[in-house]
Amino acid sequence: MDNEKKNLLEIRDLTVEYHTNGGVVHAVNGLNLEVAPKETLGFVGETGAGKTTTALSILNLLPHPQGKVISGSIKYNGEEILNKSNKDMTRIRGEKISMIFQDPMTSLNPVMTVGDQIAEGIRLHDHLSKADAHKKALEMLKTVGIRPERASDYPHQFSGGMKQRVVIAIALACNPELLIADEPTTALDVTIQAQMLELMKGLKDQYDTSMIMITHDLGIVAEICDKVAIMYAGNVVEYGDKVDIFTPEKPHHPYTVGLFDSIPDIYHEQEELKIIKGLTPDPTDLPSGCTFHPRCPYACEECSKQMPKHLEVEPGHTISCHRFDDTKEVK
Amino acid sequence: MAETILEVKNLKKYFKTKKGMLHALDDVSFSINQGETLGLVGESGCGKSTTGRAILRLHEPTSGEVLFRGTDVVKLNAAQMKEMRKKMQIVFQDPYSSLNPRLNIEELISEPLLVNKVYDNKKDLYNRVHEVMDIVGLERRLSTSYPHELDGGRRQRIGIARALSINPEFIVMDEPVSALDVSVQAQILNLMNQLKKDLGLTYLFISHNLSVVKHVSDRIAVMYLGKIVEMADYKDIFENPLHPYTQALLSAIPIPRLDVEKRQRIILEGDVPSPVNPPEGCRFCGRCRFRKEGCSKNEPKLVDVGNGHMVACHLVADK
Repeated sequence: MDNEKKNLLEIRDLTVEYHTNGGVVHAVNGLNLEVAPKETLGFVGETGAGKTTTALSILNLLPHPQGKVISGSIKYNGEEILNKSNKDMTRIRGEKISMIFQDPMTSLNPVMTVGDQIAEGIRLHDHLSKADAHKKALEMLKTVGIRPERASDYPHQFSGGMKQRVVIAIALACNPELLIADEPTTALDVTIQAQMLELMKGLKDQYDTSMIMITHDLGIVAEICDKVAIMYAGNVVEYGDKVDIFTPEKPHHPYTVGLFDSIPDIYHEQEELKIIKGLTPDPTDLPSGCTFHPRCPYACEECSKQMPKHLEVEPGHTISCHRFDDTKEVK
Repeated sequence: MAETILEVKNLKKYFKTKKGMLHALDDVSFSINQGETLGLVGESGCGKSTTGRAILRLHEPTSGEVLFRGTDVVKLNAAQMKEMRKKMQIVFQDPYSSLNPRLNIEELISEPLLVNKVYDNKKDLYNRVHEVMDIVGLERRLSTSYPHELDGGRRQRIGIARALSINPEFIVMDEPVSALDVSVQAQILNLMNQLKKDLGLTYLFISHNLSVVKHVSDRIAVMYLGKIVEMADYKDIFENPLHPYTQALLSAIPIPRLDVEKRQRIILEGDVPSPVNPPEGCRFCGRCRFRKEGCSKNEPKLVDVGNGHMVACHLVADK
């Protein structure tokens, strides 16, 4: 293994806004992130944290015309992809970067057989004949554990778990280098979710795919990810190795602590759950300074004034919180 | 021994479909004691919500008895049922679709009080509405707000307030936190526990989230395809699951920790079979790791294997 890590994906200072009738939604605010080859990054946060917006920005799929990338850069293999033409992006989408969308029930075309839906991307990117593409589609079905005979069935003839397998087959059909999975198991039952996670783990190893796993479930992160980024109000508040994030004794952002405390623990009795007071801020009207300060038990004056920097508390583990800034006197 | 508040006996609910009878509930029996929380878990389509609704006769049961403090709810006429519903209430799953968008908070919470003609003057009515709002932690300044102006957590507080307004003894909680983010979920779970203590409520808590169910329940019943397959004290279910389905279900929960020893994950093959004309014999047998000959022929009965731990499985019964 070479230790020299070249990042597959590098996001710098990404800011995305949605311009709506209700005002400007600050969905992503100066986000920095990188994904190394073969790495799985867990992208964790609650509703409205900007997880999906970030994913859509990478693929240039933001809703038009409301969604706009205001500033920043997204480099894929060292190449800027934010200002690529639509034609060039079409080549990247599906072939290099692929996405599994959240809801398998609605992300498939109901009037097209699943075989044709898988073959569609293959024909577009691999320039195969119709017959060859169909053959490859059957192989993909087999890979995700569906009998190839079912290629001529329509989505409504499949159960939720099977549909998600089809969506995974479509995403992996062109052997992408980076797979973005947006809550791929949220709509599924736990036993089916377990099947899917096993499947994705296996395929990821088999094809050496890098992955961004968008989820709100820290359990899934513990299971499948190498690195973790905790999102809050459009920014990464803590980033590190899975071990860094999941070891309670290590330093953490107060939001990370709150998030872990909110989950009922299966192994211990708790009379009451520790809660984070208040609510996720309205993205059209974000608090000044640190966006978490109104809910933070440690907030001080500094926090409401200045946005904290990303501080490296140990190699590869960054936290964006004034408490960890040694140059300042903060309790 | 605490008094039994609710007893469900051989409850069945079949729905007629084009393809045949859909067995949503088949011979479900359980009882809940005063002040207890029974957690009902299972995957989509297993009949959890149908159970909750059949108890309140929001779905008319096909057969069976629902005894509330000894009275068979199923046999009551409309007027008697209306009286009965003052004691039995339900909180629905999705706070985004279960509230009338054209009513404001005050109107939403006063609705059950008006329907049941609890107060004869507006002053008392609104006093009670504001009292309930305080109990569930809704700020009074929101009295005239509409549901679309509020976040999911506050909407679910309205749902709970509506159920609480007429002082029920028993509440069916139908997936009350599954539409909420974890930080808000924790707030609502704490609220529910607090209310239970303060008001002496009894809950039937329906959820697919096992860690949530464990947190709130005294006893847990696991459902599969319209049947209860295992029922026991919450600790027994988690520490000593006996039914192969319960074992698989528990092993499938992703645990947000690294320090626990690597669990043996049991991956179930295939999907839940259709509840339309379900298979004979044990309904789980098609996906079961331990199935043997008799399993597909005879239906296992729910039997007590000690300490009130009930299991419906031939393997356990034979031991």
